[in-house]
Amino acid sequence: MRHVLSAIVQNVPGVLAHISGMLASRGYNIDSLAVGETEDPNLSRMTFVVVGDERILEQVAKQLEKIVTVVKVVDVSSQDFVERDLMLLKVQAPAGPRRSEIRELVDIFRGKIVDVGAEEIMIEISGRENKIEAFIDRMRPYGILELVRSGRIAMVRGAQQDERVPRMHSA
Amino acid sequence: MASTDQAATTEHATDAQLMSGADILVQSLVEHDVAVIFAYPGGASMPLHQSLTRVSDRVRTILPRHEQGGGFAAQGYARSTGRPGVCMATSGPGATNLVTAIADAKLDSIPLLAITGQVPTGNIGSDAFQETPIVEVCRGITKHHYLVTDVNDLPRVMREAFHIATTGRPGPVLVDVPKDVQNARCVPDWSAPMNLPGYQLTERRARPEQINQVAAAIKLAKRPVIYAGGGIVLSGASDELRTFARKTGIPVTMTVMGLGAYPNEDPLSLDMLGMHGSAYANWAVRDCDLLIALGVRFDDRVTGKVEAFAKHAKIVHIDVDASELNKNKPAHIPIVSDVKYALGELNKLVEPKTDIADWVAQCRKWKDEQPFHYDTQFDGILQQHAIATLSRLTRDRDTYITVGVGQHQMWAAQFYKFRRPRTWLSSSGLGTMGFGLPAAMGVQAAHPDALVIDIDGDGSFQMNIQELATCYCERLPVKVLLLNNQHLGMVVQWEDRFMAGNRAHTYLGPIHHDEAVGKGASAYAVERYPDFVQIAKGYGCGAATVSRKADLVPALEEMLGYDGPYVLDVQVPYQEHVLPMIPSGHTVDDIILE
Repeated sequence: MRHVLSAIVQNVPGVLAHISGMLASRGYNIDSLAVGETEDPNLSRMTFVVVGDERILEQVAKQLEKIVTVVKVVDVSSQDFVERDLMLLKVQAPAGPRRSEIRELVDIFRGKIVDVGAEEIMIEISGRENKIEAFIDRMRPYGILELVRSGRIAMVRGAQQDERVPRMHSA
Repeated sequence: MASTDQAATTEHATDAQLMSGADILVQSLVEHDVAVIFAYPGGASMPLHQSLTRVSDRVRTILPRHEQGGGFAAQGYARSTGRPGVCMATSGPGATNLVTAIADAKLDSIPLLAITGQVPTGNIGSDAFQETPIVEVCRGITKHHYLVTDVNDLPRVMREAFHIATTGRPGPVLVDVPKDVQNARCVPDWSAPMNLPGYQLTERRARPEQINQVAAAIKLAKRPVIYAGGGIVLSGASDELRTFARKTGIPVTMTVMGLGAYPNEDPLSLDMLGMHGSAYANWAVRDCDLLIALGVRFDDRVTGKVEAFAKHAKIVHIDVDASELNKNKPAHIPIVSDVKYALGELNKLVEPKTDIADWVAQCRKWKDEQPFHYDTQFDGILQQHAIATLSRLTRDRDTYITVGVGQHQMWAAQFYKFRRPRTWLSSSGLGTMGFGLPAAMGVQAAHPDALVIDIDGDGSFQMNIQELATCYCERLPVKVLLLNNQHLGMVVQWEDRFMAGNRAHTYLGPIHHDEAVGKGASAYAVERYPDFVQIAKGYGCGAATVSRKADLVPALEEMLGYDGPYVLDVQVPYQEHVLPMIPSGHTVDDIILE
């Protein structure tokens, strides 16, 4: 079972090391971890994707809350939420029909071409994980040169929670 | 201290208003009523030591002979008083020598403030002389930690450090202070508020409906047992526990950390449970229909095979740390609460249980049938006999017992009769050999007139034997009852039980002795090594050896009456095993009784 946890943490040195160290030393399986500032410069938000059953999720959340610099932990995936992953991908695209094909796919997936070279282009794309995965599969035959992903970030829909930190920069 | 005039900023401050970082830190120790600090100096902590000399009328600085000894002494102070223990070391090796004591405090939830010197901020990260990233090293073994990079932060950091160490589930806090920050000067803002948005304690109290739920479960129970742990001692809930047990008539078993919370000699006491706990406690937990778990964490040394532990029971689990609930064993009624508060509320509701007479009688029958016992006819001094005799002789004195780790620790837990909380000090979670002597030193510093006895083994004792010097030089008249079997007895016991007696580096004498390969001819190691009496005397302590049973009482009396630190080297056999024993990962049905 896959859960998305969101933690508001104090923006102090070492907090990321503390949290990732705790997760590793207790043997929790973390799929993805994204960190970024919030609109309050004293606070950051971390988004975790945790794989495990309810009991593991409960322990991860409680162990996170126990860390002094962790202000709040929310199980985002237990509510109606939006999640996004941002990817930059460089693919072989010599001028000609292959480049046109790629452009078409980028349009279909609502991505953006952000850099064009003689032999390759760089694509920016964001969305849910399955969309990103599907796009990667489509690009494979053309020859992926480089790929980088932000890790998942997530937010609960509506105004029900965390009014203190309503906005989140991309990680 | 009065808060400083807001107008007096550091830039325009007069010399009189400016304080060095070292003075600010030491002043905050005074503000927090720290009476004793165990501190070993070095290059990166010299300014702090200089400051300590200026408050010597208010803060006693004790120089241990090893930083680890200082860390455990601070724990001894904390465990016996309930107040935070404070230790200090220099950067690099000084700091890493504190690591074991810090980890130990984490596992046993002891309020410990560890202060370390650090290389100057400009040198951090350059692999400077005596530089270790001690905050990085200690992240996973502290409750919280600070690297102070701005002298202006010191008053707030120290306030937060004391607050975090002593509240909620207590634990160790590390404050790492670079030398330039110790020397930097500023006008301290003593009123600076704490900035801990993620550390809120207010909600850690059982709700009325939860208390009602527990009271209802107690009402229905036919075979209830109380399982009491270190949380009772830490929260000062020993009186509430006694009221609760006596009012309801429910039998009480304790973890190794819980000993002292309930008097061993009370008829309702089932003594310690777990791997080397009493048979009757383990049988009672096996057969109970309600397990009331108070300030405990279902540690593997208690539960054995956790699925089989209290298999038929409804489980109530009350703990101040939410992460302990459902961690090792799911509870039917999990309650996040200060256990003292919860017991106080519960005591207002519960009534005498009139329907458990059969169950209490059954527990008593088990206790009569299978008490902790040993061969009283043995022609020599058995470890259990020495401890039971000591318990009898010190019965009416204000006594504190510390231990190392191993067989002697378990026998002390079994055969010493504790009456009060905080009088039993054991490295229980981490199981650190060498804990006993320095811990006793810290207890003695906190309770100068008390009788403080380290019941130790020859293996554990040698891990911090250098602290005899501290005991002598600081006039800390600690007594050491050294149960000397010349072996690492607990490992020998496992070798005997599970490895066909193959000795694997568990004999502490010269390797050419027959005992080193398990071919000893008698119950005692023949040539004894080292000469502990000579060592103790070299340190200035009193010392004697005793080997005959008839001489034990006079030898103990001489130790107890000695004016100063004393080591009584007791020759004991090495074939004796700690029983009962539930092998690791097994159930109570596999209990070894003989």
